[in-house]
Amino acid sequence: MLVDRINKGARRVPSWLVYLLLALPAPWLFYSGATGGLGVEPIKALEHELGELALQLLIAGLCITPLRRHAGVNLLKFRRAVGLMAFFYVALHLLVWLVLDIQDPARIWADIVKRPYITVGMAGFLLLLPLALTSTNGAIRRLGKRWRQLHRLVYAAALLGGLHFVMLAKGFQIEPLLYLGATVVLVALRLPALQRRVALRS
Amino acid sequence: MAGRYKSPLTASDVTPEHAWLNRRQLMAGAAGLGLAGLAGRAGAAPGDLEPNDWEEITSYNNYYEFGTGKEDPARHADQLTIDPWTVRIDGLVDRPGDYAFDDIMSQMTIEERIYRFRCVEAWSMVVPWNGFELADLLDLAGVQPSAKYVAFETVLRPDEMPGTAYKMLDWPYVEGLRLDEAVHPLTIMATGIYGRDIPKQNGAPLRLVVPWKYGFKSIKSVVRITLTDSEPPTAWNKANAREYGFYSNVNPEVSHPRWSQATEREIGGGLFSPRKPTLMFNGYADEVASLYEGMDLAENF
Repeated sequence: MLVDRINKGARRVPSWLVYLLLALPAPWLFYSGATGGLGVEPIKALEHELGELALQLLIAGLCITPLRRHAGVNLLKFRRAVGLMAFFYVALHLLVWLVLDIQDPARIWADIVKRPYITVGMAGFLLLLPLALTSTNGAIRRLGKRWRQLHRLVYAAALLGGLHFVMLAKGFQIEPLLYLGATVVLVALRLPALQRRVALRS
Repeated sequence: MAGRYKSPLTASDVTPEHAWLNRRQLMAGAAGLGLAGLAGRAGAAPGDLEPNDWEEITSYNNYYEFGTGKEDPARHADQLTIDPWTVRIDGLVDRPGDYAFDDIMSQMTIEERIYRFRCVEAWSMVVPWNGFELADLLDLAGVQPSAKYVAFETVLRPDEMPGTAYKMLDWPYVEGLRLDEAVHPLTIMATGIYGRDIPKQNGAPLRLVVPWKYGFKSIKSVVRITLTDSEPPTAWNKANAREYGFYSNVNPEVSHPRWSQATEREIGGGLFSPRKPTLMFNGYADEVASLYEGMDLAENF
């Protein structure tokens, strides 16, 4: 069976390899940006690519539980790697915005307060911050039951990320709407009422 | 009426055609060969305005009929048929009709205008346009005294414009100017860049250029010009009136609701390109500020 083969294969893949593979796009993007590979406006392109990667990884992370629950595919051991790398790309995205794009410290704060799409993006980042900080085995042990509750913040963060993308686009573009749609569906799957219904059917 | 505006930048400020085609490579090579005179315009331009190079101008475009990505127009615009091309001029004019592009060109005086180009998205370029004053084209048709506004329309050919499959704007793209803005000496219809025919992704075969307004006002691939007595609808205003006003003059003091317009980034500066302050009316305040005397520019954004 395909599912068994995936599960068996996943057991053989060490999670450090997942970290490494997911980290590779970052240096590549910076190199491309510096050498003309991202076009004539590399700052916006880099910012966009990093943000999109972060969203993709957030969405991938949100897929892990439903995949196990509804398809029997067990990728749980990679969930921390995917989540942390999502945070890594959100942080890089924010850093490029601060340092390369906006540049002016006075304007950074003004933008965070005054521009709703930036407020929303920033809120998403702040929600992810405690999750990244409590991703160690020690923190999981210390927090016990509260760790699971705390990490539900990722649902809100993902929704805010999708919303941030839709809000910053000029007009209603398709791609951001698809991302927001994916986060909405994946978060909705966590609603207890919906879970019961899906469980009944399968 | 051609030649009513003399750019402080002259032809000598533009890279010679044989040099710009490969400017960067040539500049590097020329210095080594002691042929620096070939590229002798560096730093000579008043205000240090240096036109962007061909690749920058033709690879980073907003032309949503070909897609919303900046590279989409360069990728897809070759599908557009621009020959034959006619511009319908109608409304409050003495001689309404379909004006063939070649007939228009044979009657116009083509000149070079090196203008700053400021996008509402807070990036900018300097473009050496070739074209003629819109006022001269309007004279062909004879504007009637009752006309107060000029409405423009972009070609709409779904078969040749993949971006129009998705109705993110109410196609066809339309724009408008007040008549005094339209006949201002700075307002041109561009038909070329760097002495070549204007590329399709930049709005071939002819497009409006209004250098003191945000780029989206400078409508591309124009097929219709209508003189009216009331303010015509404009595409982005219809899509989002809160963010895009009829005037859309470049104004560092009036923010876009979602971002500041106080600064801009020049295309072509690389990964560490600094932002620079945006100028009132994009640097053309001396020429155009009088058009808006007594108007509240924050209200009429």
